[in-house]
Amino acid sequence: MDDVTTGEPLIVLDAVNKWFGPLHVLDDVSLSVGRGEVVVVIGPSGSGKSTLCRAINRLEPINSGTITFDGQPLPAEGKPLAKLRSEVGMVFQSFNLFAHKTILENVTLGPIKVRKEKPAAARERGLALLDRVGIANQADKFPAQLSGGQQQRAAIARALAMQPKAMLFDEPTSALDPEMVGEVLDVMTSLASDGMTMVVVTHEMGFARHAANRVIFMADGKLVEDASPAEFFDNPRSDRAKDFLSKILTH
Amino acid sequence: MGEFFRVLTDNGQLFVDGFTNAVKLFLIAAVGSLVLGTLLGAMRVSPVPALRAFGATYVNLVRNTPLTLVFAFLVFAVPKLDVNIEYFSSAAVALTVYTSAFVCEVIRSGVNTVAAGQAEAARALGMTFGQVLTLIVLPQALRAMVPPMMSVFIAMLKNTTIAAGFSVLEAGAIPAYMAERGEPQFAVLLWITIGFLILILPLVALQRFLERKWRVAR
Repeated sequence: MDDVTTGEPLIVLDAVNKWFGPLHVLDDVSLSVGRGEVVVVIGPSGSGKSTLCRAINRLEPINSGTITFDGQPLPAEGKPLAKLRSEVGMVFQSFNLFAHKTILENVTLGPIKVRKEKPAAARERGLALLDRVGIANQADKFPAQLSGGQQQRAAIARALAMQPKAMLFDEPTSALDPEMVGEVLDVMTSLASDGMTMVVVTHEMGFARHAANRVIFMADGKLVEDASPAEFFDNPRSDRAKDFLSKILTH
Repeated sequence: MGEFFRVLTDNGQLFVDGFTNAVKLFLIAAVGSLVLGTLLGAMRVSPVPALRAFGATYVNLVRNTPLTLVFAFLVFAVPKLDVNIEYFSSAAVALTVYTSAFVCEVIRSGVNTVAAGQAEAARALGMTFGQVLTLIVLPQALRAMVPPMMSVFIAMLKNTTIAAGFSVLEAGAIPAYMAERGEPQFAVLLWITIGFLILILPLVALQRFLERKWRVAR
């Protein structure tokens, strides 16, 4: 894919550090993500990639450095933070659909309660989004009645219903049975080609190769490589990346 | 057997008055402790350290104090501060203050049964702490709270009898009156037991109903 970014970057991390006790999970990480750019973050487990993703909407507070979103530093707490989060969609590894609400209610709750939209309008857009991710016929079921792949697509629709400026995906396919991975990646791929700004933590190398504008490789809390997919997969520069790729690509 | 029923029919008004006051105390303290206990529970799970500390201190202080001492404090000590308060009101406040600590802990343990990811997803949508709690966490926590909450309320209903020791005419005060009238104590105590059983059975039915109503699929 060509360079799609224009103007100011949407997400900027500057010298971000975070410790979990003695563990340095984010070690001086700087990164910027342009509008419409799809950045895939890969790396061995424990490399800090999930923490990086969660720091962008402050589900994980950081110890030092700055993160700006759409030109504004992340608010520390309260209403401004809630407002920022409403503009950043988040998709979790374990779906986290609200267990006591139907699929449609899951998708309309945010727009109605947070964005104060009219229920009828939220419902109409919710149904359209469920249709877009291919589960309109599941609208009135509860999350537990759906397959993992359907639940994750519902979770993507829930995030999209807030009309976010960017979407964060924290290992969205890692909890899925293999035959359901494809349906979720299809939705994500179509989202990427529609120009959504995306940060995707994943182990799906195929997705990284064909849908990403850039691949970030992390190890031990450090951002080790930042390259185009072709460059990264064909000519990794660091030994850590070569080692990682040799382990996952041989099978 | 005739003697046993006569104890009730001859002293019907006393039983009615006693149990009416017990039920009044129970209802007032139930509503009061649900409100106060929920507020305390919200404090204990809030992101603000000062509120969490306040909630924890309240629970540790009140829950570890014998109920008779709480009553004694309200009935004897508070009027010394020139606060004019009736015995019945003192008893209602004492029961509310005491039971709230238990309600708070039931709420907190219910909240802890809801997976952390539920609150996280709600926060990620931009919900405030109050919205996360009332829209997402508490509705799912209710189911787990019902059985321990009913135990707290059943205990509280029986705790109303302590008010009898502090000049409130209620069910626990009946034996003393009956002793003065020369009625057989064994029959009196049996009737009081039956009275409490009749009051508690609806609570048990309510528990079954709520457990069924709030069943959630996970």
